[in-house]
Amino acid sequence: MSKSNLKSGQKLAEHRLGLLDTLESEAIHIIREVVAEFERPVLLFSGGKDSVVVLHLAAKAFWPGKVPFPVLHVDTGHNFPEVIEFRDRTVEKLGLRLEVASVQDYIDRGVLQERPDGTRNPLQTLPLLEAITNGKFDAVFGGARRDEDKARAKERILSMRDEFGQWDPRNQRPELWNLYNGRHLPGQHVRAFPISNWTELDIWRYIERENIELPPLYLAHEREVYSRDGMWRAVGPVSMPTADEVVETRLVRYRTVGDMSCTGAVESSAVLISDVVLEVAGSTLTERGATRADDRISEAAMEDRKKEGYF
Amino acid sequence: MPQTSSQAPAGAFVDAAGTLVVGGADILKQSRTLLRFATAGSVDDGKSTLVGRLLHDSKSVLIDQLEAVARTSAERGFGGEAGGLDLALLTDGLRAEREQGITIDVAYRYFSTAERSFILADCPGHVQYTRNMVTGSATADAVVVLIDARKGVLEQTRRHLSVVALLRVPNVIVAVNKIDLVDFSESVYTEILDQLRTVTAELGLEQVHAIPVSALEGDNVVERSTRTPWYTGPTVIELLETLPAIDEIESDNDPFRFPVQLIIRPQGGLVAGLNADEFRDYRGYAGQVASGSIKVGDEVEVTPGNFKTKVVGIDLAGKAIDTAFAPQSVSLRLADEFDLARGAVIGAVGTLPEPTTEIHAELFWLDSRSAVPGTRVLVKAGTQTVQAIISSVIGRRNLDTLAIEGTDELKVNDIGTVVLRLATPVPIGDYNQNRRAGAFLIIQPQDGSTLAAGINTNAQFDEFDI
Repeated sequence: MSKSNLKSGQKLAEHRLGLLDTLESEAIHIIREVVAEFERPVLLFSGGKDSVVVLHLAAKAFWPGKVPFPVLHVDTGHNFPEVIEFRDRTVEKLGLRLEVASVQDYIDRGVLQERPDGTRNPLQTLPLLEAITNGKFDAVFGGARRDEDKARAKERILSMRDEFGQWDPRNQRPELWNLYNGRHLPGQHVRAFPISNWTELDIWRYIERENIELPPLYLAHEREVYSRDGMWRAVGPVSMPTADEVVETRLVRYRTVGDMSCTGAVESSAVLISDVVLEVAGSTLTERGATRADDRISEAAMEDRKKEGYF
Repeated sequence: MPQTSSQAPAGAFVDAAGTLVVGGADILKQSRTLLRFATAGSVDDGKSTLVGRLLHDSKSVLIDQLEAVARTSAERGFGGEAGGLDLALLTDGLRAEREQGITIDVAYRYFSTAERSFILADCPGHVQYTRNMVTGSATADAVVVLIDARKGVLEQTRRHLSVVALLRVPNVIVAVNKIDLVDFSESVYTEILDQLRTVTAELGLEQVHAIPVSALEGDNVVERSTRTPWYTGPTVIELLETLPAIDEIESDNDPFRFPVQLIIRPQGGLVAGLNADEFRDYRGYAGQVASGSIKVGDEVEVTPGNFKTKVVGIDLAGKAIDTAFAPQSVSLRLADEFDLARGAVIGAVGTLPEPTTEIHAELFWLDSRSAVPGTRVLVKAGTQTVQAIISSVIGRRNLDTLAIEGTDELKVNDIGTVVLRLATPVPIGDYNQNRRAGAFLIIQPQDGSTLAAGINTNAQFDEFDI
């Protein structure tokens, strides 16, 4: 079999970077480009595994220096307490500044109204946009991945947002080679997604390889749960079962750690990261399909929220 | 009942060695590498079906995605193979696309086999095909171009191959699709190969792999077909698993080159636990190796300034390493202190191109505002962005022949040649030697739009010297 368009006498490289190293190198390159070209970057940090991985990559990118930007958390007020504790500990360990945009605060002030279904994920957009404006942030790092969703599959690594935080899928800049164009007008900002090209399995294999600490929810633990919409919901102040929903104790873990009111658990016996890697590799459901009630509502749920300025 | 996440797809098991096997493949194999490839063709060629087939047959489609496809297939009365699944739905994108039945933008898909992980840039064929082809192909190690076996090589095929040739994508696969609709006919296939040979010879594409496939029925995509006994070559997936990536082809043959992204001097902001005295004078030049490799102790030169010095250390996130190679992101420590800034380039001694204020370039013009002589732009090459003027427009490529036809204006989706005058000298390489070293962006200075993809092809346009 002929191999390729090699020039005569050309030989192939002896060393070749493996998958995870290639993805890591690409992400570090993107993070450094953004820090070099923008005035005020910030990282959206929820304590979820993807944002934890981005933070880990940022720490690697600037070693021996500290991560040169603050982190921002949009707190729905419905977060798992374990995740908030993890968030605070991580930020302190790395010596970073944490800004919190609180959805509860907006509700208390009457700016936002609680939705009938109790879900607060869609309420995050306004606090996020105002935090970006008030902080004068011109680049916002996020841990979104293109394998998560159809809308995300089409988003650029550096994604322009207008003054209203809107994403315009029909008017995206072509992204060419490893040259990222972050120029923007005052009022616009850029969302930067360094792990766009990672899959869920890549994330878990990297967490395993790098021995990255995560909130304990990601590993199997016993929890009081009930079944709703084909997911296991945790019993908690914002996720109470109805009279005919049976509460039982099961061994579960979370594949994503979002708003308690709409994030479901999966049954699992994975107590080590290496167990999770095996489980994810053999899993039959996409992570959003399995555990996010809000993305199931309509096929275009994520697309709609992105256009309005969501992550 | 709620899902148990430990259920595995049919055929998945943990083998005697403890490795998880899915679809007959050890998908956790440590030595797996990454291949980026793009698909080009239109919906009519069955491109979405081919992409869906690759995802489906490599067991990369999960149950909830398949259920959604099955639901929609049934609603639309789809009666094809694969259990009545319209696999093209797997790549269905944004709402406007579904409503209008078109694809607007490049979509990225991910799947794996035992040998490799793949990033697939799915490029729409109809709307703004140059823009999408350039976006999808710029980083691609391989491009799969689709041909409808009933139609043969069309003008569109020629144009796709032209872009691939100009961008120097190292591996080209031509999938002659819908071979089932021509009764798996060897003579039809051979006739298309003849047409193809003529085109690729004209375009200077040396190695093109053609494969007869039926994306709809799965022949020669992942599974070898029993209905094309006259074809003995590899399947699409076998090729994708074995073709060399750009970094394998370019890295060792090209001299070391390293555009400096930023300088790490952690005064005042050291990682907790590090000794302040030890790192007081730390100065690391951070960047991604664009080509070649570098060892501690190697002599290097630096531009601007033409300094020579030695590499005394290579740091990979806190770990000192001896050798770095493309495309690793590292920090270099140098024996001498220079006043280097972002945009500087470090390279093997005697190999850096002379910084120049004039580039004869090929531009892929992607904006509705045309390029005319006198247009002021920004050029971003490597980590340097400089002001520039398009001093003249030389010509436009005829995408059927690749001949350059004289013009003084480049319009959206034109590919053409220009002379650029730069405000500051830039050490830009030859794209034909190394893609990363010779590629650049043309940016609109006011609103920041990316106007064009540019490649430096100095040598090719000597006859147009002005």
